[in-house]
Parts: sequence; structure tokens; C-alpha cells
Amino acid sequence: MIDTIRTTIAIDPLTRIEGHLKIEATIENKKVIDAKSEGTLYRGFEQILVGRNPLDAIQITQRFCGVCPTPHAIASAQALENAFGIMPPTNGRVIRNIMQGGNYIQSHLLHFYHLASLDYFRGPDVPPFIPRYESDYRVPQTVHEALTNHYIQAYQIRLKAHELCAIWAGKMPHVASIVPGGVSINPRLDSITTSLWRLKELTDFIDNVYIPDVITVAEVYRDYFSIGTGNKKLLSFGLFDLDAEPDVVKRKRFIPMGRMSNGKIETVDPRKITEDVKSSWYDSPSHLQPGNGDTKPNPKKSGAYSWLKAPRYNGEVYEVGPLARMAMAYESKSNPKAAQLVEDTLKKLKLGPEALYSVMGRHLCRALECKLVADEISGMIMQVKLDEPVCTDHEIPDSAQGMGLWCAARGALGHWIEIKNGKIARYQAVVPTTWNASPKDDKGQPGPIEQAMIGTIVEDTENPFALARIVRSFDPCIACAVHLIEPGKSVKKFRMV
Amino acid sequence: MSIIHSVSRRDFIRWAVAAPVSLNFIDDFLPKLAAALQEAVKEYPIIWLQASACSGCSVSVINTIHPSIKNVILEQVIPGHQLKLLYHGTLMAATGTLSLDTARDAANKYKGKYVLVVEGAIPTKEKGIYGTLGEKDGEPISMLEWIDFLGRNAMATLTVGTCAAYGGFPSAEPNPSGSKGVTDVYQMLNIATPVINIPGCPCHPDWFIGTVAKILLYGMPKPKELDEFGRLKLFFGRSVHNRCINRDYLDEGIFASRFGQEGCLLELGCKGPFTNADCPIRLWNGSTNWCINAGAPCIGCTEKGFPDAHSPIYQRR
Repeated sequence: MIDTIRTTIAIDPLTRIEGHLKIEATIENKKVIDAKSEGTLYRGFEQILVGRNPLDAIQITQRFCGVCPTPHAIASAQALENAFGIMPPTNGRVIRNIMQGGNYIQSHLLHFYHLASLDYFRGPDVPPFIPRYESDYRVPQTVHEALTNHYIQAYQIRLKAHELCAIWAGKMPHVASIVPGGVSINPRLDSITTSLWRLKELTDFIDNVYIPDVITVAEVYRDYFSIGTGNKKLLSFGLFDLDAEPDVVKRKRFIPMGRMSNGKIETVDPRKITEDVKSSWYDSPSHLQPGNGDTKPNPKKSGAYSWLKAPRYNGEVYEVGPLARMAMAYESKSNPKAAQLVEDTLKKLKLGPEALYSVMGRHLCRALECKLVADEISGMIMQVKLDEPVCTDHEIPDSAQGMGLWCAARGALGHWIEIKNGKIARYQAVVPTTWNASPKDDKGQPGPIEQAMIGTIVEDTENPFALARIVRSFDPCIACAVHLIEPGKSVKKFRMV
Repeated sequence: MSIIHSVSRRDFIRWAVAAPVSLNFIDDFLPKLAAALQEAVKEYPIIWLQASACSGCSVSVINTIHPSIKNVILEQVIPGHQLKLLYHGTLMAATGTLSLDTARDAANKYKGKYVLVVEGAIPTKEKGIYGTLGEKDGEPISMLEWIDFLGRNAMATLTVGTCAAYGGFPSAEPNPSGSKGVTDVYQMLNIATPVINIPGCPCHPDWFIGTVAKILLYGMPKPKELDEFGRLKLFFGRSVHNRCINRDYLDEGIFASRFGQEGCLLELGCKGPFTNADCPIRLWNGSTNWCINAGAPCIGCTEKGFPDAHSPIYQRR
């Protein structure tokens, strides 16, 4: 009889992500049998919002995250518009799409080069790139030098994406011009021309550097096409509004709203989104819809290990993000350009579509989506009409409810507002990382990141780099997620990558 | 306010650490040149701690154009002066305990000689349990403990962004995590390390680089160079309102009452008259734009008391 060797390891903090995250894994005979992902910062934005003027929500919720403020501004504005019963005019809709596009490009470039790539190559030999663990760096020296140069080049390029956004937003991070009913900026001819040239520089880099780099890394680390698979259920709220249909579910979007379960594409009914709290430090009941969400904290709750609630669709676990959007576009052919990009790339890599459900699959989907978005917004810039209205007038109702569903770079994003006496009575945001980094639900189903870790082989518990790579492939954004560490928590063993 | 008191220009020249790094290959071939170069290039250790933050200030500072972020991180921030970014949670290669060991070791090695940059407010409620970073003996280490250790041993502290300077959004009513800005936390912990505030939501890259350059070239700011909120008058000495592009509308009595309408934005809640910052002449993101030029009222993001003092955002104060 073989003795079972069981250890619990923790990576705290997991750096090179947005925010503060801790990862725990229980490993038995080199295999991860249980996993926990936990944020370690609580700011209480939803509490801060209560009692304020509803219009303030657009500025306040952007401060969830400095990497992805734009989608929060848009989801919040859409929740307000839903509550006010208004829709933006064409210019307002198109200009928001352009800002969101610039933010996607910025976020995807930052994620691959500055957050994730140092998992695969050494980087420069100066702080903050040293110290590092010397392990499993497999790219040849020539590739290493190229990646180092591109890492630095990507810094200069990603700021062009911020500029592209700021031309319409006023500034980035934290956009000024998104307001209920549309935008506050009147388009100018030079905004259009200077956007097009910045986009051209970005497209050149995405086509000639970013995508080739991801493919190079993917070929060297081919085994990571079968590591970190996850649960293969996908959810997207869709990206870029193409019409002014008031019902968000019926609205036409460039990347459509949808979900995939057991290989089949299905529609989304927002009423089926609920949040479980059995593993979360809340005394409020489970299965509440976010629009009726309740938040009664109890840090001493037995059996709980997270301040993240567990959002579920129809009681099931769903992954959100570029993989969800691109794999569904590929399977459904709902976006022919996206489907073609995925198909061509898989063919080039001699891989089947199942390879998308992996660490490298996520990086690949993110890069291809970056190209898709960049190509699309050049057309949108030309749709901006000079001297036409940018904003619809609004009136704050005494009481109303509103919902905004959108996709941040990291995945499906929902904002829900309830207004009473003209003030915010309730505000709930279910952000991409709440889906992906959610704890176990009432049925005991682990969240997507936890599922992606479970089953992974960890050769060296002193250096579990595979786990860090898995978690980073989701591009977690912990600042967006509400969280508090459990006081007095103890971990048996404590080792890092 | 006792923002700066005890650090002289000489202290800041001592901030430059004579440490041989990354010149090894030259060292083998041209020892004299190497010695000369080491003499010429001064290195300045920096520890950058993110507390209750959204990372927006880091994302903003890496938008710096001249110098580029490559100049700032890998080369010289100004000729002859190199920053040595020893710890930064979002950018560094190391993770887990290795990353925190790096911060701890750096603070011990360069005790009294490094500059601590803080991004984000500090949660203080219930001994800071609302924000933690790493563990010791199975117990979480609060950001408050990190600030106590890193701040006490630093030569000076730069707060990047309004959250670190004055508390910002996490400290907005009802302040669920008991968050505070660094100056208030230092007062609470009896830490005498001088603080220079570089507020903004986010902090403009030029304000950060400019403050660093000012210190490297001319030493710590004299009291008269700072305002009562610990900010350099160089950047925060005049109001947004006084240099606003919409002053002609104000003079002519043309006010916008709806978003997208031309006119002075006071009726839409513009806080320009109550906000000191050089946005109207500096502009943002490669000088492409700024809030008021995008038809959006100034929300007063560089001010102490932001956001509560400026709420509701879109109503005239």
C-alpha cells in the first residue's frame, strides 16, 4: 500500500494580476484534488453607492478597476438608461463602442505582455524582473530576445490604445464622457482622423507582433493546450451594440449574447442568473437574483471561505471571457470573421477546437479577439456623424429598476440598480472575475478557476508554476470583486512559484 | 501640516545608492569605464506598494511618454539617474512569498534610503483585516502592517493618486473598510517619514515623473513649494477653473444645461472652481484630450474629500 502524500499549498499574493489574489490547492500524489481562489481586499463599493444620486454610479463603479473602467461605465450607464426608459442616439452608441474597443486592445496587450508573458520567458535581468524562479523557461535564446524587445515595445503601443479611448473619453483610466443617455463629447473631425491613425499603429502591432508571439509561445508550450481545461460551459453577454433595441436580450450585438452548455449554443435569460452564498461569508439567502441581491456579511460563517458570491446560470457554473466569446463565435458561426480567425489559427497549429479549452487556448482567443475588435472599430470610427446628437435627455424617476449587461475584456459584466426616492437604494455588480473566481456553490460545484486547477499535475510543490499559469490565463481582476480574508485562517504549507 | 520637515537635499543625494549592478560585462573588459559609469549613474531604490487600489494609477503612470516607461524602469529616468523598482505587485516577475521577501529584504537592506510609493488607501478598520497581503505563520498580514513596516523605514513616501493621498473612493461614506490616506495613517502610527502627495484619479504620469525629477535634481521640496494638502504647487498651484477652455462661455453667460450642449459646465456640476490641477494646460493621454474638452464636468478628483465633497457629481455645488 502506497502512503498518500497530501499537502495544501498557497500562493499569496499571486502577482501580475489586477488586484490582490490568493490561491490555495490541495495536492495528493502530485495531483490537485481541491482548489480555492480567494481575493484579499474588501472595499465595499456597493455599500458606498447606496443613498447617492443615481448618476454618480457611472463615475463610482469605474473605480472598481483601473484596467477596465470603460465597461463598468457602459454597464452602469445602460442600467441607468434601462431604469430611465431611454436609449442613446446613434452617435452615443457608436462612440461608446469605440471607447470600449480601445480599452479591449489596451487590456489584452497589457495582459499578454506585462502580466502573463513572464511565465514563459525570463525578461530583462533588472528589477522588477529579478528575482524570479528559474524554471521551465523553454523558449530558445533568439525568441527570448525578441519577446524581451516586444515586452518593452508593447508598453509604448498599449498607450496608443489608451489615447484612442481618451480621444473620445476625455482621459484614461476612468472615462469622463460616458453619461446617462449617451456621451457628453461632440465629435470633431480631428477626433476621427487621429483615431484612425492610432488604430493603424495598433493593428500593425497586433497582426505582426502580438499574434505571432502568442503562436510562438503556444508552439513551445504545446502541452498547455491540454492543461487548465475548466468546465467547458461558456457565457457571454455580447459586445458592441449595433442597434437601439431597448431590450438588451433582443439587441443586436457584434459579438452576440449567448451561452454554451454541453456543446450546444443557447440563449440567455437574465432572470436565471442567481448567486449562491453557502461558501461565502454572508448570512443572506442563496439563489437570489442580483437585482434583488442582499448582502449581510458574517465573517465567522462556518464552512465559508470567500467573500465572493458564486454566480450561477440556472444553477450551473459558467466561464466568461475571450475563450467564451471566441469559442462560441466559432461554434455558432454567429460572427463569421471570428469563426474564420479561430478556424485558420487552429489549422495552422494543427489543433482541434477542444484545444481552445486550455491555458494556451485562452491566450490564443484573447489575441485573436484583439485583432477582431481592432479591425471592427476602424469601421465604427467612420460611422461617427459630425453635428448629430450624442445624448438623449433623461429624468431621474422616483423609483425604478435597471439592468445593464455588457462584456468587459475579461468577460460578462452585469450591473443592477434599484432607485427609490430618486436615490440609489440597491446596487449590485456581477463582474467577470466573480464568475471565473467564484467559490463552491450550494451544490458543492467549484468555480471555473477552481475546476481548471483541479486535476493538474504539480511535480514540485515548492514551485507550482503550472497553477500560476492556469490562474493568469483567466486574466483575473480581483479589484472588481468584493472580498475579505478570513481572520485566523491557517494553511498547512505555504509555497510559491 | 508636517508633510516635510526632516529630509534635506543631502539626504536625497544619499538616496542614490552606489551599488554595482548589470555592468558586469563591461567590468570584465573596461574596469576604468565601469568605475566611471558607476560614479555617473546614481541608483534610487523604490518600493511600490498597492493597497486598497484599482491599479488605475499604475496603469496611468506607465502611460508616460517622455521619459518612456522603458526609460523609467530599465534605463534612466533622467540622464544620470536610475530608479531601481524593487517591488511592484503588478509588474514584477516574482510571485508569492518570493515577491514579499523581495520587499522585506529591500526595506532592510536600504533602510532609511529607499522611497516608498503608495497606491491606494489603507484599510484600518479591525486592525486592517479588510486588506491583506501575504501571510506569516498562517495569519494574514494586513496592508496596515506593511505600511507600518515599509513606511517607518523609508526615507520619504510618495502617495500616487487620491486614494493614497487622502483616502479617495474606498473612504467614501460609509467607509466600510475604515480606509485612510497615508498621511492620516502615519499620524495614527506615529510615523515621521515625510510624505509628498501626488493626487488624481488617476495620478497623471507627468505629475509622478515630475515630482520624482524635482526631488532627484533639486532635493525634497521646501515647505513653500507645497500647498496645505502636501501637493507640489508646480502642478496643483492653480485652479482648473481659472485656466479653463470654457472661460469665454462663462464670460458671455452661456451655460450647458444638458450633456453634449456647448457652454460652461457649471450647471452640470463642474467642480473646476474648487479643484487645483493643471489639466487645462497639461491635457491627458499624449495631450489628446481632457475631461472638460470632452464635454464632461471636472469631478474634482485631485482634491482632499473627493468624492464625497463633490457629490452629487452632476449637480452644481
